[in-house]
Amino acid sequence: MSWAAANLWLIAAFPLAAAAVLAVTPRRHRRFAAGLSIGAMVIGFLISLCAFSSTLANHGERVPRNFDWINVGATTVKLGWVLDPLSAVMLLMVTFVGALIFIYSVGYMAHDENFTRFFCFLSLFAAAMLGLVMSNSLLGMFMCWELVGLASYLLIGFWFFKPSAAAAAKKAFIVTRIGDLGFFIGMIWLYGETGTLLFYDGGNGCLEASALSKLVAQTTMGGMALSTVISLLIFCGAMGKSGQVPLHVWLPDAMEGPTPVSALIHAATMVAAGVFLVARTYPLMDADPANIAGYSTALTVVTWVGAITAVFAALIAIAQDDIKRILAYSTVSQLGYMMVGIGVGGYAVGMFHLITHAFFKALLFLGAGSVIHGMHERQDIREMGGLRKHMPLTFATYAGGMMALAGVIPFSGFFSKDEILLSASIWKTSRWPFYLALFGALCTAFYMTRQMLYVFYGNPRSHAENVHESPRVMVVPLIILAAFTILLSIVGTPILPLFHEYLTGHHGEMGSGVVTVMLISTGIVALGLALGCWIYARRPLTGADPLESDIYYVLKNKFFVDELYELSVVRLNAWSARGLRWLDDFVWQGAVMAVSYVVLGLAWINRLIDEFVVNLGFDKGCGGFRLGARALAFWQNGQVQRYLRFIGLAAAVMVALLLWGWRK
Amino acid sequence: MSLQHYLLISAMLFSIGFAGAVSRRNAVLVLIGVELMLNAANLNFIAFARYARNPEALTGVIFVIFSIGIAAAEAAVGLALIIAVYRHYQTIRLDRIDSLKG
Repeated sequence: MSWAAANLWLIAAFPLAAAAVLAVTPRRHRRFAAGLSIGAMVIGFLISLCAFSSTLANHGERVPRNFDWINVGATTVKLGWVLDPLSAVMLLMVTFVGALIFIYSVGYMAHDENFTRFFCFLSLFAAAMLGLVMSNSLLGMFMCWELVGLASYLLIGFWFFKPSAAAAAKKAFIVTRIGDLGFFIGMIWLYGETGTLLFYDGGNGCLEASALSKLVAQTTMGGMALSTVISLLIFCGAMGKSGQVPLHVWLPDAMEGPTPVSALIHAATMVAAGVFLVARTYPLMDADPANIAGYSTALTVVTWVGAITAVFAALIAIAQDDIKRILAYSTVSQLGYMMVGIGVGGYAVGMFHLITHAFFKALLFLGAGSVIHGMHERQDIREMGGLRKHMPLTFATYAGGMMALAGVIPFSGFFSKDEILLSASIWKTSRWPFYLALFGALCTAFYMTRQMLYVFYGNPRSHAENVHESPRVMVVPLIILAAFTILLSIVGTPILPLFHEYLTGHHGEMGSGVVTVMLISTGIVALGLALGCWIYARRPLTGADPLESDIYYVLKNKFFVDELYELSVVRLNAWSARGLRWLDDFVWQGAVMAVSYVVLGLAWINRLIDEFVVNLGFDKGCGGFRLGARALAFWQNGQVQRYLRFIGLAAAVMVALLLWGWRK
Repeated sequence: MSLQHYLLISAMLFSIGFAGAVSRRNAVLVLIGVELMLNAANLNFIAFARYARNPEALTGVIFVIFSIGIAAAEAAVGLALIIAVYRHYQTIRLDRIDSLKG
C-alpha cells in the first residue's frame, strides 16, 4: 500500500482543520484566512497528485482502508476510505479547481466584510466534498453528503441579509433533503440486507460479488429485484443533489450566493456529487437479473431522467436574462448529460463529462463573476453588451468555456459529449435518449451564442461607467482553467481514450460510428451557433428579446415548475396549517373558554364569600404578615440567577453536611 | 485513568457550567451553562457505569442516550422560551426580567 493510499484522509483533513481554525479567527485577519484555506487546498492537491500517480503506477488497483467506528455489542460500524481511479481523479479535480476558485475568491470577495467567514465556509465545503469522494462507506459518504448540504446552505445564504438569498439557501437545503430521504431509506435497506455499508471490504463489501448476487436474487414489491429498488432509492439522493427533474428547482435559485460559490457548488463539486454517487454505486445500479436488452432497470431510469433533464433545462436556459441563471440551467442540462452517459455507456463516459464540465463550467462561472464584478454587480445580460473591448482577457477565456460547453471541436466538451452521444446512439433499449441529447446539444449551442452576443458584442446598453478588467488574482485562474478546456481533450479523444482506460482498467470499445456521430454532433452544434447568430446578430440588440412569443413566455417562466410546486406542495402545507389553526381557534379554544367560564362563575361566588366573611377578619392579620413578608421579599426579588445561586449554595452546604457533618 | 479522574473532570465541567449559569446575564449563555452541567451529569453516568460490576450491560450509556435526547428537546424548549421572552420584553438580559418578584 503506497503512502498516499494509507494517508488519503489527510486530503480532507487539511481543509477541515483550516475551517476549524478560521471559525475562531477574528474578522480582521483577512490575509491569514485566505492564505490558510488556499494553503490547505494546495497541500490537498499535492497529496492527491501523489495518490493519482500511485494509481497510475498500480494500473488502477483498488486500495480500500477501513477502520472501526462504533462498537455496540456484536455490531461494528466501519468507515474507511478507498483509493481507486474513480476517487483519485475526483480528488485531483476537486482540489485543483477548488484551489483556483479559492484564489479567485480573494479578488472577488475583496470588499466583503465577512471575508474570513467566507473562507471558513469554503474550506468546510471542500473538506466535506473531499471526504465524500474518498469515502469507502455509504454511511461515511452520506455524512459528508449532508455536510456538503450544510455548507452549501451556509454559502448560498452567505449574503443572508438579502431575503432572496436566505430563501434560496432554505430552498436548496429542503429540496435536496427530499431526495436525501430516498437515499437514507435505500442506505438503511441496504444495510439491513447485506449487513455492511462498506463499498469494498476484501469480498465482503456491499458492491462486491457476494452481496450483489444476494441482492439480485431477492425480489420485492412489483416483482422488482431488491438491487433495483435500492438503486432507485439511492438515485433519489443523486437526483436531489444533481438537480435532476423534478428536483432541479433549487439549483437556479442558488445563484443568489456569491459567484465563486456558484462556481464551486455548481461546477466542480456539490452537483457533481450526485453523478459521482451513481458512478460509485455503479456495480449496484448495474446488477439486475432481468437485464432488459443488456441494461438494468435502474440504469434505464437514470438514462431517462438524465435525457429529460438535459432537454428540459436547455430549453429554459434559452429564455433567461440573468447571466448566472443561464449558466445554472446549463449546469442542470449538462448534469442530465452525465446521467445519460452513466446510464448508457458506463460510469467512465459520465465521469469524463463530469471532469471536463467541472473545468469549463468553473471557467464560465468565474468569467461571469468577472463580468459581474466589472459591471458593478449587474447580472442582467440585457444591460450588458460590448464588453469585448473593455474586458479582453475575460472575453477570450469565456469564449473558450463557451465553445467547450457548446461542444466545438477541439475543446474538451466536444469529446466528452461526443462519447455520451456515441454510447446513446448504440443503446439498445431506445433511440430517444440519443435524439433528446442531440436536441439538447442544439439548444446548448444556441443559448450560449445568445449569451455571448448579448454580453460581449454590440454596443453597451446601459450607462455603466468605467467598466474595467478584473484584477490579476481573478484573471489568472480564468486563464489556467481556459487552458484546461483544451488540454483535457487530449486524454479522451476516441483515437486514444486514455481516461476511459484509466478508469475502467481495460481498453474502451469505441464501437463503430464514431465518425458519423462526430459529424452529426458537429453539424448540430454548427446549426445551433448559426441559428443564434442569425437571430441575435442581425440587428443591434435592444432590451426586448427578438424571440418574444408565447413559447418564450413559458420558457422564461421555467415551465412554471416553481409555480406548480407553489400551487401544490406549498399550498397544501399552508392549507393544512390553516385547518389546524381553525381547529385551534374554535374547537380547542372553545373547550378552554367553556371551562374558564365555569371557573369564573365559581370564582365569583367565592369572591362574595371572601369579601364579606373572610376578608374583614383577615385584613388585620395580614398587616402583620406584610411586615414579615417585606423582609422575605429580599430573597425573592425575581432575579432567577439569585435563586440559582441559593440553590447552589444549599447544595454545597448539603454536600458538606453529608461529608463531614453527621460523621460519627 | 481511574474513576476519580472522570469524576474530577465532570466536577470541573459542572463547576464551569454552574459558574456560567449563575454569573452570565445573557439567557442564551445561561442555557449553555445548564447544558454543560447536564453533560457533567452524563459523564458521571458513563463513568460509574463503566467502573461498575457489569459494564457490558451498557446501562449508563442507554441512560445517557435518553438524557441527551431529552436534553435536545429541552434545549429547543429553552430557546423557544428565550425567543418568547425576547418578543415580550425586547431583551434577554436576565437581570431585566424580574416579574417573578414577590
